[in-house]
Amino acid sequence: MTLSVQGLHKSFTTDRGAVRAVRDVSFTVEAGRFYTLLGPSGCGKTTTLRCIAGLERPEAGTIEIDGNVVSGPGRFVQTHERDIGMVFQSYAIWPHMTAFENVAFPLRVGSERLPRERLSRMVEEALALVGLEGLEDRPAPQLSGGQQQRLALARALVRKPKLLLLDEPLSNLDAKLRERMRVELRDLQRRLGIATIYVTHDQGEALFLSHRIAVMQDGVIVQEGAPRDLYGGPASGFVADFVGDATFVTGPAVASGISAFGGTVRCRLAPDVGTGDPALLVLRPESIAVRTEPAGKPNEFAGTLRIAAFLGDHLDCFVEIGDVLVRAKVHPGTQLVRDQKVWIEFPAEHVVAIRDDGWRPRVLTRTFDDES
Amino acid sequence: MAAPDLATRRAGSLRLPALRVDTLVLIAVSLFIAYLTLIPLGMLVLGSVSEGGVLGGDLTFRHFARVLTDANSVELLMTSFGYSLGAAGVAFVLGTAMAWVVERSDVPYRNVWYGLALVPLIIPGIIHTIAWLFLLSPEIGWINAPLKALTGQTLSIYTLGGMIWVQGLHEAPLAFVLMSAAFRAMDPSLEEAAATARAGTWKTLRRVTLPLLLPTAASVILVLFVRALESFEVPAIIGLPARLFVYTSRVYTALHQYPPNYGLSASYAMVLLGISVMGLVAHRILTRRSERFATITGKAYRPRRVELGRFRFVAVGVLVTYAVLAIALPFLVLLYSSFVRVYTVPTLETLGSLTLRNYAYVLEDELTRRAILNSIVLGVSTATAVVGLTAVIGWITVRSRTPGRGILDFLSFVPIAIPGIVLGISLIWVYFTIPIRIYGTMWILLVAYITRFLPYGIRSTTAGLVQIHKELEEAASASGASWWSAFRRVTLPLLRPALVAAWIYVFIVSLRELSSSILLYSTESVVLSIRIFDMRDSGQYTAIAALSVMLITFLVILVAVLQRLGGRTVRES
Repeated sequence: MTLSVQGLHKSFTTDRGAVRAVRDVSFTVEAGRFYTLLGPSGCGKTTTLRCIAGLERPEAGTIEIDGNVVSGPGRFVQTHERDIGMVFQSYAIWPHMTAFENVAFPLRVGSERLPRERLSRMVEEALALVGLEGLEDRPAPQLSGGQQQRLALARALVRKPKLLLLDEPLSNLDAKLRERMRVELRDLQRRLGIATIYVTHDQGEALFLSHRIAVMQDGVIVQEGAPRDLYGGPASGFVADFVGDATFVTGPAVASGISAFGGTVRCRLAPDVGTGDPALLVLRPESIAVRTEPAGKPNEFAGTLRIAAFLGDHLDCFVEIGDVLVRAKVHPGTQLVRDQKVWIEFPAEHVVAIRDDGWRPRVLTRTFDDES
Repeated sequence: MAAPDLATRRAGSLRLPALRVDTLVLIAVSLFIAYLTLIPLGMLVLGSVSEGGVLGGDLTFRHFARVLTDANSVELLMTSFGYSLGAAGVAFVLGTAMAWVVERSDVPYRNVWYGLALVPLIIPGIIHTIAWLFLLSPEIGWINAPLKALTGQTLSIYTLGGMIWVQGLHEAPLAFVLMSAAFRAMDPSLEEAAATARAGTWKTLRRVTLPLLLPTAASVILVLFVRALESFEVPAIIGLPARLFVYTSRVYTALHQYPPNYGLSASYAMVLLGISVMGLVAHRILTRRSERFATITGKAYRPRRVELGRFRFVAVGVLVTYAVLAIALPFLVLLYSSFVRVYTVPTLETLGSLTLRNYAYVLEDELTRRAILNSIVLGVSTATAVVGLTAVIGWITVRSRTPGRGILDFLSFVPIAIPGIVLGISLIWVYFTIPIRIYGTMWILLVAYITRFLPYGIRSTTAGLVQIHKELEEAASASGASWWSAFRRVTLPLLRPALVAAWIYVFIVSLRELSSSILLYSTESVVLSIRIFDMRDSGQYTAIAALSVMLITFLVILVAVLQRLGGRTVRES
């Protein structure tokens, strides 16, 4: 076990009084794993990361890195004495140094004085790791955004720390570059096998990169698990909404599903949902088929197609059934016309209903008037 | 067991002193700044209502009564306001016209004009004023000689109009800087929207651009007004011979009559301070309102430039005229005068007998040499003290979470509201009263300069610190650097340009300081601006010219270095 966080608490005093940023957060990260803290802004994920780095002083709780308590009752190890590497959201590349000097800095300020050749070799290895060889003498401000990002990563890795901390490192890159960097980041982490804590609000990044994800809301971890488990079995409306796209349908649970769309929707029921309980059906867009004729299958419901937008790899459809707008992603070759009558259909085993905790996503809820 | 215990104790003992040092530094610095700013103001209030000295003097309101009900008090008020409003108006019209042409029209050589518009900022006010004496004196002015030959009439600088013109011309670059920033910060799509609504160039300017700029324009005029009100050079050098009195010159004459009337002087200073504070409060309210008027953002836009067509020559003509009046003529007249024996309108004969005598005199004169030395010593000390103090204050207000740092920030901005001459009379009261015997020495000048220029230093260092992203320091800690190592290897190198710029700037303004020094100097602690002021009293105009040419050359070199270092322009506000 490389990292253990137990019972972490941290609050801030602001103009409007105390804000409890992190409340009783506990988790562990095994060696070599990629662990993501996922949540909207203000959920406490960055504060948790900064506590691990020692940039914030927690009020309560214990943090252990590689078996050493770095923060706990009566004990607080300063940031510079922790065995970590960190990449900041702004990259925090020092503009008055060259690429080489930026990466050499962690080796130079360490207690151990390294011989010159050894230092250069380590810096060059770190730069090669992120594909920046040959740019050693480039002044840092002359590097592109993507290069600065890699440089920050090289600087965090050069000391070969036990733990790598990443604070939304991809959020300042443009969309194309972000996608490329996450491929490289995943590959690099899997190759080095370094335990990594990653903070992001982007669920796509979290699913792509992580072994495990902790979803945070209002300073609390609300669900933790492998990407597949979170997506397929959200523990709450918030998690279902935050991880992946979903249309929510409400209705009372019945024996084999829930009562909605003017009939019975067959689906899996979460373990804590009993018959008669208010339930929330989570419809993922990719599990829904849209047809112009009924196919006579179970879980088939008629509706009106309101939007069918061509996005290249799929058609983004919104089907109005009663007062619900159901989102579906269908094959781009499907021939569909706006305002026509359609049937949606989904297999019962791919759809889950969870306990209705009152959470409602901010999605398109307006219903459309028929042109007449 | 022993190892964790040791570590615990070390962590614990590290934490408490760190907090205490923080707070102690905050308290010490706050007390020092309060000593610099609040004590003089308190003493000024006491002094204005005391008979004789502050301690043991009887309470009296007769000075105030005299200031407010004197037969001349209405005249004084009218002259002060007329002069200040007039100068603000001249500066605003000149500065805004130039700013519009440079920022919003397709005038050629934009960068050249931009630089030229700022050059007059470098010339000290006292030199600018004396140069205009050379140009517009009724008998010997360069401009008046040809004017008389042509029209038989002359213009006199010794009038209210003359005072307004000289002060307005000198403050125009400030209006230019502030207004061009406002033009640049304006979203051009607001004007483009007007154009799509079929409004022409002039209609857009009149109906959209100018109304949008109104709050900014009002605040700029207020700043110019307060600066004119606080100015001492023009009221002393032109106003006193012309017997045109404003508040600053009254503070001065009340002390320079026989016997000096300190209470009366303090009362004039109180009125001046009151008007100045009201002006700055109004400015504050206005700028806050214009910030809420969210059309003008801090973002830099690519401006929409108006095509001038055949008006281009008019625009260039205006800019050239300004450059001639504000830079070329004053400098040429000084240059010429510095090489002649007796100042006259240039003729072939005088041009044939140029001499270096004035330079030799200035460099050999005992008092002038002392003034040069004193000014440099004071400039270096003031700049070093201000930069050191403000680096600490800046770090506390920007980076630390110490409670009470807001008070410190406020205290260090108080001096911006105190006119130089008011600070001068206040310090006289302070050091007449408290048993620190520095009156008449360089120390009192140093105290005055540090107080006056503290706000400029604060602005530069906090702006520098704010620009250094917090994560740059945190990244150093995360890389294993201790606090000191991070400060030395990351924060300080990144802050250095801001500190150097602040140092040079404070050095320059210290060299030109006149309005506080005039009340605080002695023959031992004479400084450059005072020496120029005194040489004018004794009619040594050609020597002044030589000294001015040397000083301007030195200042231009300094500003060039400053530009090179920071890539930023010298701005006053």
